[in-house]
Amino acid sequence: MEELDNITRAFANTGTSSVDAVHKSAGNSRPTVTLPLPPGVGAVMLARLRRLALPILLVAAWQIVSKLVLDDTTRALLPAPTVVAVAAWELVSSGELFRHLADSLRREFIAFSWSLVAIPVGVAMGWWKSVNEQLDSLVEILRPIPPLAWIPLSILWFGIGDIQNQFIIFLGIFFPILLNTITGVKGVDLNLVRAARCLGAGEGDVLRRVVLLAALPQIVTGIRIGLGVGWMALVAAELVGASSGLGFLINDARTLLRTDIVIVGMITIGLVGLVLDLLIREISHRLLPWSRSLHR
Amino acid sequence: MSEVNIRNVTKIYPGHGAKDAPVLALDDISVDIADKEFCSIVGHSGCGKTTLLNMLAGFEQPTAGNIKVHGEAVGRPTWQRAMVFQDYALFPWLTVEQNISFGLEMKQVDIEKRRTIIDEQIRLVGLVGFEKRYPHQLSGGMKQRVSIARALSVNPEVLLMDEPFAALDAQNRAVMQQEMGRLLAQTDTAVRKTMVLVTHSIEEAILLSDRIIVLSSRPGRIKEIMKVDLPRPRDEDDPRFIALRHRLRELINEEVEDEEVEAKA
Repeated sequence: MEELDNITRAFANTGTSSVDAVHKSAGNSRPTVTLPLPPGVGAVMLARLRRLALPILLVAAWQIVSKLVLDDTTRALLPAPTVVAVAAWELVSSGELFRHLADSLRREFIAFSWSLVAIPVGVAMGWWKSVNEQLDSLVEILRPIPPLAWIPLSILWFGIGDIQNQFIIFLGIFFPILLNTITGVKGVDLNLVRAARCLGAGEGDVLRRVVLLAALPQIVTGIRIGLGVGWMALVAAELVGASSGLGFLINDARTLLRTDIVIVGMITIGLVGLVLDLLIREISHRLLPWSRSLHR
Repeated sequence: MSEVNIRNVTKIYPGHGAKDAPVLALDDISVDIADKEFCSIVGHSGCGKTTLLNMLAGFEQPTAGNIKVHGEAVGRPTWQRAMVFQDYALFPWLTVEQNISFGLEMKQVDIEKRRTIIDEQIRLVGLVGFEKRYPHQLSGGMKQRVSIARALSVNPEVLLMDEPFAALDAQNRAVMQQEMGRLLAQTDTAVRKTMVLVTHSIEEAILLSDRIIVLSSRPGRIKEIMKVDLPRPRDEDDPRFIALRHRLRELINEEVEDEEVEAKA
């Protein structure tokens, strides 16, 4: 606080002398200009705490309900946050949580790599009418089938394990990327294409150097949505068709009535989904700094 | 020899069904544009002037008639007929110099020559220091300068301009028009391009053109072709300039009156 006072005083000293000089020569009395001070560390912390007020209140209520209202049998169904925290610490320190997390992430990323095939397919569908004619009805029939509805068939096809899980995730990621790519390609500004053509670009150049890039922000949106859907599909696929992964972890814990582990798993799934989304957003901001100018 | 020959060009946009009848956009247009000539096309919106320009570029094909450049029929778009667009059509993911480089890369100009041409064009349009900026970091006037530099970089035979200054604010527009006029006055006729400008600004047309083609509306027909024999750079206060402006405004206003009569009937 003392430091701040010193700064303001120093500012006022240098400020007033020159301002006074101007005043005298101009012969008017301009009111003193005071700059608003930047918020202090305490104020920033307080503002952040205020945003967390409701979540903190809810966790506190949960703690009270679990410890004081529920009896011994029902408490097993809703363990207190402190109990969950202990379970979380056990899972983290034994490395078990990370093993399951790594398995889930590996499946997500392998499936994601496969689903990138949606980009060339989407560009072709968005660009050439004849390709669209052939594939559109097929896509429209397959798309409304939720990835989860494929689980029974995929277990018969691939058995229980990585390939079946990846297949389900692939279905979840593929369609959002495909549809967004098609929309992005169809929405490319015609004048950009024309400009490229009258600068001597051939069909291949137009596709690679104009259409694909102009559609890229929309494609990235598709990837974001796809990774989210894929993550949800992954957990569901692991519930029934895996012997590792976060989905398996929570389902396995359910059979042992370890609700504390179930909740730790759920929170992990939520946090990882959030981190994935933030990551893609950050990458797209870094790689496509111009894209914000497209969708104001 | 004329550079551009437009012969009996008619453009009909097919309709779709009863409520959407076919539209006769351009009706039997014939005009020759000389080598190195600056030719403007003026007329009301919807008179088909942009359609004519698009057909010159090869973006659209005439329903009947033909267009020849240097004796060759216009087919697909090529760098020999570069276009400057009203909305600039800059590639937003490329910097200023990368935008200018695009056509040179398509022409497979080697990298050193590319550098020389890019630097020269950037100097010509006054964008030194902005080479690494992206289009969204530039003002409208600067964007259009990049667009002009990009079109000129490939050294086209014909430069087509579709209302290039229409999206700019009044002050920027005046500056760009003056600069263009000065550029035309300064450049040696040997390196000048054949230029076709579509505009709805009468002053812009007189300021820049050797000849002005006035189109009537719906269907687009050639109403009159005016020669502008004023020394460059031109002065808007010159009495001859004012007389031409008066005459052109009359021609275009007749069109509005005709439309109003039609609307009443």
